[in-house]
Amino acid sequence: MSKNWPLWEIFVRSKNGLEHRHFGSLHAADAEMALENARDVYTRRNEGVSIWVVESKNITASNPEHNGEMFEPAQDKVYRHPTFYDLPDEVKHM
Amino acid sequence: MSEEQIKNLEKQFEERIARDEKIEPKDWMPEKYRKTHIRQMSQHAHSEIVGMLPEGNWITRAPSLRRKVALLAKVQDEAGHGLYLYSATETLGISRDEMYEQLHTGKAKYSSIFNYPTVTWADMGAIGWLVDGAAIINQVPLCNTSYGPYARAMIRVCKEESFHQRQGYEIMMKLANGTPEQKEMAQDALNRWWWPSLMMLGPTDAESIHTEQSMKWKLKRKSNDDLRQQFIDQTVPQADLIGLTIPDPDLKWNEERQSYDFGDIDWDEFWQVVKGHGPMNKERMKARVGAWEVGEWVRDAAMAYADKKQERKEKQVV
Ligand SMILES: [Fe+2]
Ligand SMILES: [Fe+2]
Repeated sequence: MSKNWPLWEIFVRSKNGLEHRHFGSLHAADAEMALENARDVYTRRNEGVSIWVVESKNITASNPEHNGEMFEPAQDKVYRHPTFYDLPDEVKHM
Repeated sequence: MSEEQIKNLEKQFEERIARDEKIEPKDWMPEKYRKTHIRQMSQHAHSEIVGMLPEGNWITRAPSLRRKVALLAKVQDEAGHGLYLYSATETLGISRDEMYEQLHTGKAKYSSIFNYPTVTWADMGAIGWLVDGAAIINQVPLCNTSYGPYARAMIRVCKEESFHQRQGYEIMMKLANGTPEQKEMAQDALNRWWWPSLMMLGPTDAESIHTEQSMKWKLKRKSNDDLRQQFIDQTVPQADLIGLTIPDPDLKWNEERQSYDFGDIDWDEFWQVVKGHGPMNKERMKARVGAWEVGEWVRDAAMAYADKKQERKEKQVV
C-alpha cells in the first residue's frame, strides 16, 4: 500500500445561467480522474453541464467558532436595506 | 474545557437541533453525536456497497437488453449511494481507509439482507420491489436529519431509489403474468424475501436500543415497528394486484386499526445473520475484500502516474 488517493471537492453547474454548486466530494489520483469520477458519481442523470474539481486541502474555510466576529457586524447595518428609508406613500416604484 | 462549559454547549447544541437547524461539519458537536453518526452513516455506506453483490450476480444473465441496462444502472446507482455516504461520513473526521478497514475486518456491520443468496432471476424483482421498498421507508425520513451532509446525501439517494423499486416491481409483474413456471418463480422469490425484508426495518421497539437519542437527533423519526407496519400496509395490496401471495398465514386486514395484522417474525434468524451466520456472510466479505486486494496495484499505479505527471510539470516550470 503506497499513498492514498487524495480527496476532491466537486462543484457542478446544473445548466447555463446557474452557478456551480458544491455537490459533494470523492477520491481520485489526479484532477483528470477526479473529473471523470465526478461525471459518474454526481451527473448520472444530466445533473450538470460543467464540473469543477478542487483538491480539498486547497480550500480555506472560516471557523464557525468565529462566526460572531465574522458575521455579526452585518447585523446592525439595517441602513443597507431598502426598508430602512421612509418615503411618502405617494412615491410608487422605488 | 470545563465540564460545565461542555454541558452548556451540549444544551445549546440540542436546542439548535430542536429548532430544526442543521449541524455542519466544522460546528462544535458532542463526541457522542460524532461517533453515532460515523457508525450509522458508515454502516449505511457499507450496505450500499455490499448491496451491489447480490444483484451484480445477475447482470450478465439478465433475460433481455432492457432488463440488463436497467439492472446495470441500478447497481451503478448503489455504488453512487455508497460514495455519497462515504464522503459525507469523512466530513466527521474518519478516513475512507479506516472505514474500509472496519468493513473488511467485520468490525462494522452492513444490512443483513445482503447475506441472502440470489438464486433466480425473480430475485432481482423481489429485491427491487421489497428490499429497495423497505430501504426507501427507512431513508425518506433521513432527508430531514440533523447532520447537513447526511441529509443532503439522502436527498440524492431518495430521488434515485424510486426507479429501483419500480423496475423490481415490473420484473415481478411480468413474471407473475407469465407462464405457470414463471409465476411460480416470482412466488418463490417473494416467499424467500418477504420475512428478511420485514427484518430490515430493525428489531422490535421493545428490543431496540438508543431510539430516544436517535429521535432527538432526527436519525430516526418513527419507531421500527411503525415503519414495518407502514411497509406491510403499502406492500400487501401491491402483491394482491399481481396475484402473488404474501407468505404469512396470519396476515389479516384489521378494520379497527385500518392496518394489517401479521404473524411473528423469526428474530432468532435475524440475530444469527447479524452475528455472521447467514447463508452468504462469508461469501460477501470474501468478494468485497478480494475486490479491494486485487485492485490495489491499480490504485497504486494511478497514484504513481499522477505523482510522475506532477513532478514533470514542476520541472518544466523551473
Ligand atoms: Fe441505494
Ligand atoms: Fe436502491
